[in-house]
Amino acid sequence: MTTQAISHAPTDWRDFFALTKPRVMSLVVFTGLCGLLAAPVRVHPVLGFTAILCIAIGAGGAAALNQWWEADLDAGMRRTAGRPLPGGRMDRTSARDFGVGLSAGSVLLMGLAIGWLAAAILAVSIVYYAVVYTIWLKPRTPQNIVIGGGAGAFPPLIGWVAATGHITAMPLALFAIIFFWTPPHFWSLALFVQSDYAKVGIPMLPVVAGEPATRRQILIYAVLLLPLSLLPWWLGGAHVVYGVAALSLSSVFLALALRVGLRRRTGEADPMKPEKRLFAFSIIYLFALFAALVADHWWFGAEYLR
Amino acid sequence: MSLANQPEPRDLARVRRSRNRVLALLLAGFVVLVYFISIAKMG
Repeated sequence: MTTQAISHAPTDWRDFFALTKPRVMSLVVFTGLCGLLAAPVRVHPVLGFTAILCIAIGAGGAAALNQWWEADLDAGMRRTAGRPLPGGRMDRTSARDFGVGLSAGSVLLMGLAIGWLAAAILAVSIVYYAVVYTIWLKPRTPQNIVIGGGAGAFPPLIGWVAATGHITAMPLALFAIIFFWTPPHFWSLALFVQSDYAKVGIPMLPVVAGEPATRRQILIYAVLLLPLSLLPWWLGGAHVVYGVAALSLSSVFLALALRVGLRRRTGEADPMKPEKRLFAFSIIYLFALFAALVADHWWFGAEYLR
Repeated sequence: MSLANQPEPRDLARVRRSRNRVLALLLAGFVVLVYFISIAKMG
């Protein structure tokens, strides 16, 4: 980190809000909420709301720390150059303190209001994203996305543990689904924005290993995701509504991944159309899969899990 | 650092005021949340 953004005016609250990556947070909140709602226990609405709020605040804190550390890299990429730090609308110390404050506050509130196991997993997820992924892996290995994907996989696990107070195979299956979903999701994005990553020296797989290797890896993870998505059904934690939805969604995901994995680029008008379609569908996939889990739970009730 | 880069005092006041309002709302929300958490934990 070499540059220090100079901010003359006090930072607007909207820039602090932008620092929490609200769009990423929406997916985190959604999967965390699904983990909480799919758990086989009734949760007091206030405590459920508090648990989700803590997950959201923790994710926001981790995102702020990520942007604090990567301000120089963000300045070099078109997609991120307008963020508060590279845009010079906030100083780094404020971003760091904001990130640390949100992270510590979320863990403390989770521990006091919900339980210390959920708080400990929340703390691990924040450290995993801010330190293991952002500081350690992302600048060093093209497998950064694979291991870093663990950070995004924590919310349903935290939601489930916040509701039940213990870890079972079912929340671990939800963790595994997001873990194996992350590489094809991010690598399909990296395929069509790879010039930006190359410019700032981030060793994303398409930059380091090339497009063919990335396409193969996307396909491998999509193949693995299909049986993994059915795991909650096989474990008895979900019923036929989820099973049919998981099979359908994962089949479409695999079909789109096949088009990305087996193609050789020719002179099309939009040479990255299959990659963009896979990326767009991957977001719908995760929302729909977890929505199906909750719908299944409400449809059949939780009694069969007891 | 030239004077041309300095924001207008009116803009500074506006940003500070909006920040203070948001902070006040968040603190009030936190107090309400702690109240309801206490009720829920006792119940």
